[in-house]
Amino acid sequence: MSILLRAGSPGSHAFTRADFALDSDAVRPRVAPGSPRRAAADLWHDSARMGIEVSHVSKKFGSFVALDNVSFTVQQGELLALLGPSGSGKTTLLRIIAGLERPDSGTVLFDGDDATRRDPRDRGVGFVFQHYALFRHMTVHENVAFGLRVRPRAQRPSDAEIRGRVKELLGLVQLDYLGDRYPSELSGGQRQRVALARALAVQPKVLLLDEPFGALDAKVRQDLRRWLRRLHAEIHLTSVFVTHDQEEALELANRVVVMNDGRIEQDGTPDEVLEHPATPFVVNFIGNVNIFHGRVQDGRAQLGPIAVAYPEHPHAEAREASGYARPHELDITREEDGGGLWAVITDVRAAGAVVKIEAGDEEGRLIQVELGREQYESLRAIVGERIYVKPRRVRVFMDPQEARPTP
Amino acid sequence: MAGHVAARRGYGHTAERAHLTEPRYVRWLLTAVSLVFLSLFLLLPLITVFTEAFAKGWVAYKDAILEPDALSALWLTLVAAAIAVPANLVFGVCAGWAIAKFDFPGKSVLTTLIDLPFAVSPVIAGMVFLLLFGRQGYLGPWLAAHDIKVVFAVPAIVLATVFVSFPFVAREIIPVMAASGTQEEEAARVLGATGLQTFLRVTLPNIKWGLLYGIILCNARAMGEFGAVSVVSGKIRGQTNTLPLHVEVLYGEYMTQAAFAVASLLAFLALITLVVKTIVERRLGAVREDAVVTEVAA
Repeated sequence: MSILLRAGSPGSHAFTRADFALDSDAVRPRVAPGSPRRAAADLWHDSARMGIEVSHVSKKFGSFVALDNVSFTVQQGELLALLGPSGSGKTTLLRIIAGLERPDSGTVLFDGDDATRRDPRDRGVGFVFQHYALFRHMTVHENVAFGLRVRPRAQRPSDAEIRGRVKELLGLVQLDYLGDRYPSELSGGQRQRVALARALAVQPKVLLLDEPFGALDAKVRQDLRRWLRRLHAEIHLTSVFVTHDQEEALELANRVVVMNDGRIEQDGTPDEVLEHPATPFVVNFIGNVNIFHGRVQDGRAQLGPIAVAYPEHPHAEAREASGYARPHELDITREEDGGGLWAVITDVRAAGAVVKIEAGDEEGRLIQVELGREQYESLRAIVGERIYVKPRRVRVFMDPQEARPTP
Repeated sequence: MAGHVAARRGYGHTAERAHLTEPRYVRWLLTAVSLVFLSLFLLLPLITVFTEAFAKGWVAYKDAILEPDALSALWLTLVAAAIAVPANLVFGVCAGWAIAKFDFPGKSVLTTLIDLPFAVSPVIAGMVFLLLFGRQGYLGPWLAAHDIKVVFAVPAIVLATVFVSFPFVAREIIPVMAASGTQEEEAARVLGATGLQTFLRVTLPNIKWGLLYGIILCNARAMGEFGAVSVVSGKIRGQTNTLPLHVEVLYGEYMTQAAFAVASLLAFLALITLVVKTIVERRLGAVREDAVVTEVAA
């Protein structure tokens, strides 16, 4: 579709050539951003980093609550991910940090100073927009130079200095050969890197990225992700990025803040979020999960045939609860040895190091199991076979009680 | 949008896709009808204007144009346009900005109101100004008491011209502004640009061709306006006659050749406008196509 449209517009030769550049980008990892080490060392000093503290921030758009009393901190030099489904308020939060939105209440502190009402231009943040927002009537070079050119005369570097810095930055994102192009002549991945160079040109104390890789195809996204992680490892610029892609968040960030419905569900390291999810939402949102329904009573959870200890609810009163187990936390046996869930295998995908097995329990509910190849080889289960599924580990959360009117 | 671009693509390849288009005689008929129509209603009048203007030779033509009343009419027309166009430029940019980039109560009302001069007959607009500023009008006594003359004088002519030519700039730039969104402006702000720098370096370059197009249309309307100006001018020769009014006066006095000579001036202005407009349109088309490609690629 896009190729047809480009071919259709008169004078499109330049675009076609740019497309070639994109293709070779995707094929040859050489062009994908490499080590930013050399240039980065000249551009940053350790003092130029900032910690951010967001406290009790709320924001409504009309009657829609975008953020509901959100608090969290970003440590100096951290690479933090705001992870959540669309509409969870993560972008609004990022825009409030950048000063592009005003919170209805709450404060944003930069290194302890109240910056809630500070104009975006005085915040020292670099912002990378989801759709890049490059200035389309300016060349790549001028886009990157913009932040330096608009400085008050006293702080503005000379033309030669600006040229030098832009060259350096374009080298950093490996686009120095494209300085004279216009944004419309670049591929998505190239635009994204220009946007990054432009944001870095003003030496921000914090870098904010809104769904930075959302509009790119898988291969380019992989390369850019790797590159961004390396860049961060080099310059330790405090960075916050928004994403709905849990894989991206877990792979890239030092810390992940999971958001839902304008609230923070969990704030922790990728490992904590993955292995010790704080709420049912986090378990569900991050990774595949099997859910077993049942009840808790007297410090025990009974989820069908599965029984586990649940010291959080030692009371005699029974409560509805659900247990969550990831596919790799389930074992399959042929013989019933107590505490296993009866199921029939419906599908086996044996490609790769992990064998994915799908089974249906007696009520037809889907159970997903992932076994290591060796484990699977010794079991050799086939479709249609009756097996027992037993979780090695279950996380139990009580279901929210339905609000009953108090008598 | 895709359809629009695809159609443009097909344009150069009509022959290759002959089996997909209408039969030859249909195409021929359509072309003939539009050509005949064009010559009858547009080309013929234009030729007539110039032949009539030069019917009594070059000297008579020169005399008719250099006659003091004609010169004064030309001057007044230029003055009215020189005030109306900048005024509508400022208004158009403000309104376009507000409508395209903000949400506010009454936005749809403003959008509709901008089109009012298109919907209302210019004569009625002129009457409204008479009713407001005329001797018997609402503000008449106050104006008379302060010795300010509006109606049957230059101010009323300017007012009427501003009124009839005011939608053009806003109409042209609203879609351009809406299409470019606010992200580039936000990016500029975060990068440290002031409001003025953002406008001059980011917003203005993005809308400049649309803006220029709007100005051209606005100017054409301002110079050619007859109805509204005719009601409020009083048609005092050498004082409150604009070019179109002067043409009518001359024609009414059976000075056909002089009337056409002056009319040829207006026709000239129109032709120049058309040429500039074509150039701008070509640029605007290229810019919009760029935007399409950018959008699609993004």
